[in-house]
This record gives sequence, C-alpha cells and structure tokens, in this order.
Amino acid sequence: MFYREAGDFKVSYEQDSQTFPIKFDRYRYYLVLLIAFLVIPFTINDYWASAILLPFLIYSIAAIGLNILVGYAGQVSLGTGGFMAVGAYACYKLMTAFPEVSMFVHVMLAGGITALVCVLFGLPSLRIKGFYLAVATLAAQFFLVWVFNRVPWFYNYSASGQINAPERDVFGIVITGPNAPAWATYLFCLIFLTICAVIARNLTRGTVGRSWMAIRDMDIAAEIIGVNPLKAKLTAFAVSGFFIGISGALFFALYLGAVEVGEAFGITKSFQVLFMVIIGGLGSIFGSFAGAAFLVLLPVILKVVGVDVLGWPTDIVAHFQLVIVGALIVLFLIVEPHGLAQLWRVAKEKLRLWPFPH
Amino acid sequence: MNMKLTTLALGAVMAAGPVMADLVFPSLSYRTGPYAAGGIPFADGYADYFTLVNERDGGIGGVKARLIECETGYNTEKGVECYESTKGEGALVYQPLSTGITYQLIPKTAADGIPLHTMGYGRTSAANGKVFGNVFNYPANYWDGASGIINYLLDENGGDLKGKKIALVYHNSAYGKEPIRTLEELAAKHGFELTALPVDHPGQEQKSQWLQIRRERPDFVMMWGWGVMNQVAIQEAANIRFPMENFIGVWWSGAEHDVLSAGAAADGYKAVTFHNVGRDFPVFDDMQKYVVDAGKAAGAGDQIGNVLYNRGMYAAMLAVEAAKTAQEIHGTADITPAMMRDGMEALEMPEARMSALGMPYFGPSFNVSCENHGGPGLVGVTQWDAESKTWSLVTDFQQTDGDVIKPLIEADSASYASENNIEPRCN
Repeated sequence: MFYREAGDFKVSYEQDSQTFPIKFDRYRYYLVLLIAFLVIPFTINDYWASAILLPFLIYSIAAIGLNILVGYAGQVSLGTGGFMAVGAYACYKLMTAFPEVSMFVHVMLAGGITALVCVLFGLPSLRIKGFYLAVATLAAQFFLVWVFNRVPWFYNYSASGQINAPERDVFGIVITGPNAPAWATYLFCLIFLTICAVIARNLTRGTVGRSWMAIRDMDIAAEIIGVNPLKAKLTAFAVSGFFIGISGALFFALYLGAVEVGEAFGITKSFQVLFMVIIGGLGSIFGSFAGAAFLVLLPVILKVVGVDVLGWPTDIVAHFQLVIVGALIVLFLIVEPHGLAQLWRVAKEKLRLWPFPH
Repeated sequence: MNMKLTTLALGAVMAAGPVMADLVFPSLSYRTGPYAAGGIPFADGYADYFTLVNERDGGIGGVKARLIECETGYNTEKGVECYESTKGEGALVYQPLSTGITYQLIPKTAADGIPLHTMGYGRTSAANGKVFGNVFNYPANYWDGASGIINYLLDENGGDLKGKKIALVYHNSAYGKEPIRTLEELAAKHGFELTALPVDHPGQEQKSQWLQIRRERPDFVMMWGWGVMNQVAIQEAANIRFPMENFIGVWWSGAEHDVLSAGAAADGYKAVTFHNVGRDFPVFDDMQKYVVDAGKAAGAGDQIGNVLYNRGMYAAMLAVEAAKTAQEIHGTADITPAMMRDGMEALEMPEARMSALGMPYFGPSFNVSCENHGGPGLVGVTQWDAESKTWSLVTDFQQTDGDVIKPLIEADSASYASENNIEPRCN
C-alpha cells in the first residue's frame, strides 16, 4: 500500500542506483539514523551502553568485515578472533606509545595494521580454497593468539599478560576507561559503524565488489573474463581485515577495557562472528546488522525474561539460553537458509504487493 | 536514567518488593560452562550464608540481605553485563570469582565507588590499599600462595631447596601467570630451578606438559589450575606415577571434584589454603537447621562442607562482618557502598570473633588497614585422603615471605598508579 515504487519517479542514474530506491525505505533509513544519532545519546545509560548497544555496534562492524570476506568474496575464514586480537593489541600499543594522539587515529591505524596482517594470512588463499582455506585461517587464529600470549612486548611486559585500556579522549571527551560517559562511547562506536557500513555498501556494489562476487561465484570464469584473482582476493582480505581490526580495537578499548587474549579472542569469537554472518545472511550488509543483533540481544532478552521476570534459577536460564539459541539457529537455517536478510527481502516483496497480491 | 531493561521493557515487576531497603549483595556466579564445577559450590556457599544470616539473625543489623545472582559463565562479556545490570540495585560489594572479570571491574568499581573483594584471586598488587582504594584481597593472595608452597617445601626439605627442580603447571591466562614473577624471585633466593608449563584454556589437553615433566623429573610440581584442568592434571600425574605428595596445588586446585575422578591414585595430593576445610564447625549445625531443613539451600544443596562451599561461605561471612563493621562506624543500619568500603577497610577478624560465629579457626586471624588490603598472608596446607574422601589441614596458617612479596606488590601497584594517575592514599 504505502510501500511501493508507484509515483516514485527516478529521473537520473544516481537516483536509480541509490541504496534505498523506494521512498519509504529511504525515509525509514533516515529515521533510524536520526534516532541513533540524536535520540539515543540523550537517553542512554550505562546498562544499555555496556550490555547491549556497544556489543551490538562492535559486532556489527566485525560481521560486516567478515561478510565481505565470506559473503562477497567467498573466502571462508575462521580467523576473525585472531584478527580482532590484532586490532585490539595494535590499538593498545598505539594508545600507550602515543597517548596524546586522538583515539580516532589509533582505531583507524589499528584497522590498517590488521588489514596488513590479514593480507599476509590471505596469501595462501591464492592457492587453497574452500575447507582447506578455512583450516589455513584457523591456523592464523591459533598462531595470533599464541603470539599475543607468548611475546611480552605486546602486553607491555605486564605481570598478568592482560592489556588494560588507559584513559584516552577525543576532543577533550573521555571515551576509554571507566570514567567515559555512556553516550560518548556509544557515539564513537556508532560513527565508526556508520562509516564502515557506508564504505562497505559502496565497495560491494562497485567494481571491486563485483570482482569479489565474480571470484566467489566461479573463480575460473572470473579469471577468464579478466578479473585479477590476486587483486580481488587480497583486496577482500584487506578490507575485511580493516573492518575486523576496527571492531577489535573498539571491543578492547571501549567495550571491555581489559582483555585477555585467549579468553576474549579465542576460537569461540571466530565462530560467533561467523554465525552472525550466516544467520544474518551471506552477502548482505543488512544481514550483518541483523545477525549481530540476533546473537547479542537474544541471550540478554532470554536472561531478562528468565531470571528477572520469571524468577528462575540462573543456571537453568543459562542452559535454556544455549538450547533456545541453538534451536533458533537450526530453525532459521531450515526455514530460510539465506538468513535473516532474505526473510527481510521476502517480507519487502510481499509488502510491495500488499494488500492486493496477484 | 538508571532504569533497568526489565523495568523499561516489561513493567515494574520488582515493584512488589519490600519498602525497607535491603542490603544488596550481588553474586556473579558461574553454574555453567567449563568452570562450573568450581563455581557451583562457591556460589552455593555464598548464597547459603546470607540465607542463614537472614533466617537466624533477621539480617545484618536488622536489615535483610538480598542476594542477586547473575550467571557469568566465567566469561568477561557476560561479567560486564552482570555488573552493569546489578550495580544500579545498590550493590555493596562485588566478588566475581574470576581473575579476568576482576581486571575488568577494578577500574569500573573505582569509578562507581563500589568495593571489590577478590579473596585469593584477582590482581595481587591490590593488596596495596594506598593505590587500590576500593579493592580488597584479604586474607591471602596468589603471591602468598606461591610463597606458602615454597615455604612448605622448605620445611619438608630441612630449609634447603638448592638445586631442586620445581615445575609449575599453570592455566595460560592472567590467573595462571600471576605467581610466576614471585616464583622467579623465590627461585633466585632459594636456589631452586623453576620450569613453567602453560596449559591452554580449558585445560583438557595436557599430554605434552606431563611428558615434559616425565622427562625432566622435577622434584616437585606446583599447579595453578582451575576447572577441568585440575582433574586432568591430577589424572595425568597419576598416569606418569608422579608421587602425589610432591604435587601441590594452589587453593583453586584443591577441591573434592578435582581429586575424586583420579580415585585412589590421587591420595596424598596437597593444596595450600587460606581457610579451614570440612564440616566440623558449629556453624554447619545452624546451616542444617535454618537453611537446609527449611528447604532454602541454594542450588541442589549437595555441596555443603566441600572445600569451595566453605570458601564461598567464608567470603560471605567476611562480607557480612564487614557490613556489620560499617554499620558500627557509621551508626546506620542502611549502609551504602562507600560505607561498606570503610567497613571492609576497618575489618578485624580475631579468633574470638570467628568462634563467636561458630567458625573457630576457620581462617587466619587478621586485620585490614588502609595501607594493607591484603591481610597478613597466612597460608596453610591441606592434604587429600582418598580413603576417607576428605581434605584435612596438615599445617597451621603460617606466615609467608613478606620480604619477597612486599617489594613486588609495591612495584606492581606503583606502575598501576602511574598508568592511571592515582595519588597514593593513607597519608
């Protein structure tokens, strides 16, 4: 009824190829941005920031990064946790070495360093594919965690091997450490997420993104039509690494504040982000958001309902969480193997015809 | 602003609570995950003691204690969620039972002004109250544990460990790495040779470490393990026929579930401790009467008297006594976290007080002061008897090597203070 193209005339190529071609969609998108930037910062509290919104924003960035690699370029990676650790440790070393530099710069540089490391571990992808590549990236995961545990230089020789985020600010506003106000940490992550999402969206529908998808769909055919596999695969690793590095840096500096590499960036983290991408939808930016929201929010909601509302024992609720999340993942993959993004797409198609389907 | 998700999303469910404010004690427990075997008895003991105080004494100074349990699964992210969701309820003291979560909460609790009690875990240098104003780790810390083990070995070997080889099997995390620095100092002082063997989380895979022990034949093996790692290590030690009486764990590696699975082979295994073991205390009669028989025991109620249950109960007892001290200092029954902090700092725990609580010689006698948040560091040794399936205290609570530990605490806390621009207190 209200969700359709009728009357929404496109008079230029720019208008025709914009991200949200339907007017309703576009306004909804502006509204989300408006609420995210202008309403939530004024109403946020510590609980919402640290328990719900920060993890959601940060995991969304990681999921976008991994989605570029797995969903768009078709290179399976199980090294996300390790790459996030690179971002976190790079950010930590930069923060402690150059305390006067803005956190924006540190986080960007941490992303850049992770991109380099990611490219390095992406080099084998030129020769190995599919499951074998997954194993190679799995090696990266274990190697990186081992390095950060093993080499004391990375954690500034602290006795416990932990890294702790010192207090740093952006334009005089403290954004790391315990005294950082909730709205500042939230906005900082939101800005990075917005930039990352816009970059990712525009990369994936341009030349680079098309070459990634060509490689994903059939690499030999892509090579024959003139896509350079070296360039395509390594750019995918680089861009993906950049995003994952940013998420790792934010995860450490803003969200947790203190990190122990084996616990925070272990193999479970790699799987968690991979699940987000798969549940959300491979090859979809929206899917990354949906997947991150699903896996971050669901446990919290189940906990609130189980413990606070129903008053069940905490261990029962924790076990139920595993059962319910697991069951929902299986259910989703059976009902819609292409993830939440596909559900959303189908819903939109239906909405366009509603209330008069043919 | 401080409305919880619950109240926001699902209406005022908690509104039915009593009008009079409670004393809130959050319990960041873990009854699930790879470390649940240790988390469950501790959480049960912690909860049961508060139930006992409420049922028997009508609360602390007339005010009921309210325990909010939150499941962390030993996971730092869930720990953050638990901390944020409980701190708004007026939490008086946090005891997360996880070194990883402790590291996260040290700066957060400092900013929020809530005391943190990490009994026998966490950041060792928090014992320096001049730098860590709201963190307490009395009655003993990891470095006391390390020194306690070495002291015990010194006693056993006529005061001489020169040329002996001692291996440390440790959980490869902040927790397991804590004692290494102290042990290196002690190795230099007493002339023994230290080999450190890391075991990665969760610790089921230890074949290569024990192969190395078998090859190098150390005289003694120490263990800094937790969760499933303990059982596996003791089983592996039994497999290579390492003499159990030469195998000593820290207090987190010395509970019933750690040794039971190895059966008779675990007989003679030792662990250091900072509290007494067993059920032979008058407080357990009250526990039976007011809590167990009344059907109010936490969890399955099958952990009473276990080593870690006693530890959880001991932690709760110290919290309750600190709250009482705070009530005396400030002359009000309804204390705030800041008052609770003062109470913890002024806590005195002489033998007479423990006896009056029905817990004679349950832990070492100690006083907390502004400078010293770690207590005197008195550590005893327990030994496992596989025949009767009991732990028993084989030494008294003895003094640890303050000459080695104090300078290390000073150095580590000084670096924390300079990193975070903290002015020393207590001047």
